[in-house]
Amino acid sequence: MANANTSTLERESPAATNSIASTEGFDHGLERLENAPQWLLELKRSQWREFLALPMPTPKAEAWRFARTGNLSLEGYQLPTDLPDADKKSVLESSHLFESFAGKMVFANDQLLEQTAATQEGLIWSPLSNAMSEHGALLRKFFMTFTPDLGSEKFQALHAALFSNGSFLYVPAGMEVSLPFVAYHTACGQGTAVFPHTLVIADAGAKVHLVDIFQSARKDTKNFACGMASIFAGPGAQVSYQAIQEWNLETLSFHLNTVSAERDSNVETIMVSLGSRQARNEQHISLNGPGGNVDNYSLSVPIGNQEVDQRTLQSHKAPSCRSNLLYKNALQDDSRTVFSGLIKVAELAQQTDAYQTNRNLLLSNSAEATSLPGLEILANDVKCSHGATSGKLDEEQLYYLLSRGISRKRAQELLVFGFFEEITSQLENEELREHLNSWIGRKFHATPPTKNLEG
Amino acid sequence: MSSLDLRNLKINVGGKPIVKDFSLTVPKGEVHALMGPNGSGKSTLAKALAGHEDYEIVGGEAFLNGQNILEMETDEISRAGLFMAFQYPSEIPGVSIANFIRAALTARLAENEELDAAQYYRRLYEKMDLLKIDRKFTARSVNEGFSGGEKKRCEILQMAMLQPQIAIMDETDSGLDIDALRIVSEGVNTMRGPNLGILLITHYQRLLEYIVPDRVHVMWDGRIVRSGGKNLALELEEKGYDWVKEEVAAV
Ligand SMILES: Nc1ncnc2c1ncn2[C@@H]1O[C@H](COP(=O)(O)OP(=O)(O)OP(=O)(O)O)[C@@H](O)[C@H]1O
Ligand SMILES: [Mg+2]
Repeated sequence: MANANTSTLERESPAATNSIASTEGFDHGLERLENAPQWLLELKRSQWREFLALPMPTPKAEAWRFARTGNLSLEGYQLPTDLPDADKKSVLESSHLFESFAGKMVFANDQLLEQTAATQEGLIWSPLSNAMSEHGALLRKFFMTFTPDLGSEKFQALHAALFSNGSFLYVPAGMEVSLPFVAYHTACGQGTAVFPHTLVIADAGAKVHLVDIFQSARKDTKNFACGMASIFAGPGAQVSYQAIQEWNLETLSFHLNTVSAERDSNVETIMVSLGSRQARNEQHISLNGPGGNVDNYSLSVPIGNQEVDQRTLQSHKAPSCRSNLLYKNALQDDSRTVFSGLIKVAELAQQTDAYQTNRNLLLSNSAEATSLPGLEILANDVKCSHGATSGKLDEEQLYYLLSRGISRKRAQELLVFGFFEEITSQLENEELREHLNSWIGRKFHATPPTKNLEG
Repeated sequence: MSSLDLRNLKINVGGKPIVKDFSLTVPKGEVHALMGPNGSGKSTLAKALAGHEDYEIVGGEAFLNGQNILEMETDEISRAGLFMAFQYPSEIPGVSIANFIRAALTARLAENEELDAAQYYRRLYEKMDLLKIDRKFTARSVNEGFSGGEKKRCEILQMAMLQPQIAIMDETDSGLDIDALRIVSEGVNTMRGPNLGILLITHYQRLLEYIVPDRVHVMWDGRIVRSGGKNLALELEEKGYDWVKEEVAAV
């Protein structure tokens, strides 16, 4: 696709007056929120002002080191208008990956198309557009109260100002649901901006599993996606969350996620970054009560000119917690990844176990992986480690596979699957594991996206 | 006739000649043993034939069923029917035996063909039972954390599944305990037949008691210095290699 031509077209289209970076766009967005309570409207207005006041990231900013900050322009994106029925139908058709699930929501351009009701007494599984009015008090207690703040403050503010929907999952104390709740978020149409929001609250001793699927209706639309997912695990709660990010390769995406873990809670999250021309993933983990345990995994398979920019913070605020972070990237072509992670241990957080590992597999000579691990430890009785490695495929392993008649391309693919197995094997849900393998496999047969003009 | 046909092969490693003038024909249906002292170039020959890049073939010819394998890539050579049972098989973390062998079999199918999963597992389990490999191994990563003997058995399992026309077995007997040696040998013997030729690299007569060779060759300093029937191995066992070396030196 010729970049120059598209942007000319966008500028001429009438939708441009709804540009997400313009106050007309913001006002237009507010009008569409019929059910929003006053406190939320106020929050949105103040976050909009915040967005306008904050500067765009620059390469000099510490939190953006090594990222392509020149590609973050918000020009040419607008809030979605109503979708034609035919598009809704095709979104619904491409939104059933799971045979068995506890609940399902399908969003297209942040508009709810389908929802299965939760059957459990006391459990809330509701689109945010409804939760705003129906569960306002609960929502207010958690909504945007804990944000990553790892460099994308401007985009967090934009998200708060412009978000209109997403999934709200509240599991009451002691309730255990083993099948996954699944939310599908699809972006449709040239230039559309989406702001999917996910809020999971697991009360004391509750157990829950949520999967977010992010996808695009078409391969060639330029979209902007700025999602936030916040997990609050109450005392002794168990939460498992997977985000499958498969936006098309023309999308600029942000996934700004947080985990808040109370006493004796167990949280496992997996971020799978497949799509986007440029993806910024932030993950802020806060261990607030003794015995909290968080496993945070991420895998990415960038191709062509894709960039995956990952910033993490494991913040230990209470004693005797464990956090384990493992980020694995397998890079092809001219793709790049940045990993910048920090483990922070507060003075009172004795007996902390905190691990941070970033492993990069460079499948091409022109791919580039940067690692910036960090530790900031104020307690004196801790076990902490961080490590980063970047390497190529092992030639002897490759030869061994070739010697069995497996083609070079397939051999590489198998070794990459092997590389990710440490993470994929964590998935207890077999359906998800199978899908994941085929998604990763697709990245070996995909056509790389066109080169960006800048980069 | 279909076979492995090697003519005047010269192979360098890091610029140094290791295999110097090696000629040998292994017809299908026959088992040839290749013996020779440490460092004489047996593994170099084997790996070079399977297309390893570190082994530079600087002269001679190598044909598999009349196809020039010196012009082929490693994976093509395998699909053409040559199997290498390695002396030191690689460990492949995260890739299960079942997926690995399935990928190798799938590579042999036409593009629109698919492997029948049920049939595949039936065959796999059958071969595993034959080689007395615990079925649980299918889920384990290839060779990762395997004992020396388990690795060798796994090589033979792959050979049984891929049904090559020519197999080069590089010291498959080393690392096997007495029972395993018998089990693996029996496995190999069931594969023997008019459609399989085997080049058996070994140091020990014991293996050759189980897998009785049609011919025995002695390699020394990069070339074959002596060939004979199965009794040659017995003779070597008795007299050691010095005897051959002295004879060669005398010529
Ligand atoms: N990759 C390599 N780099 C350097 N030298 C090598 C390499 N491979 C083989 N050689 C050398 O080539 C010679 C022949 O080695 P090779 O492994 O072929 O012997 P072999 O006959 O198989 O011995 P063994 O009976 O001990 O297995 C040795 O001197 C060895 O050190
Ligand atoms: Mg050897």
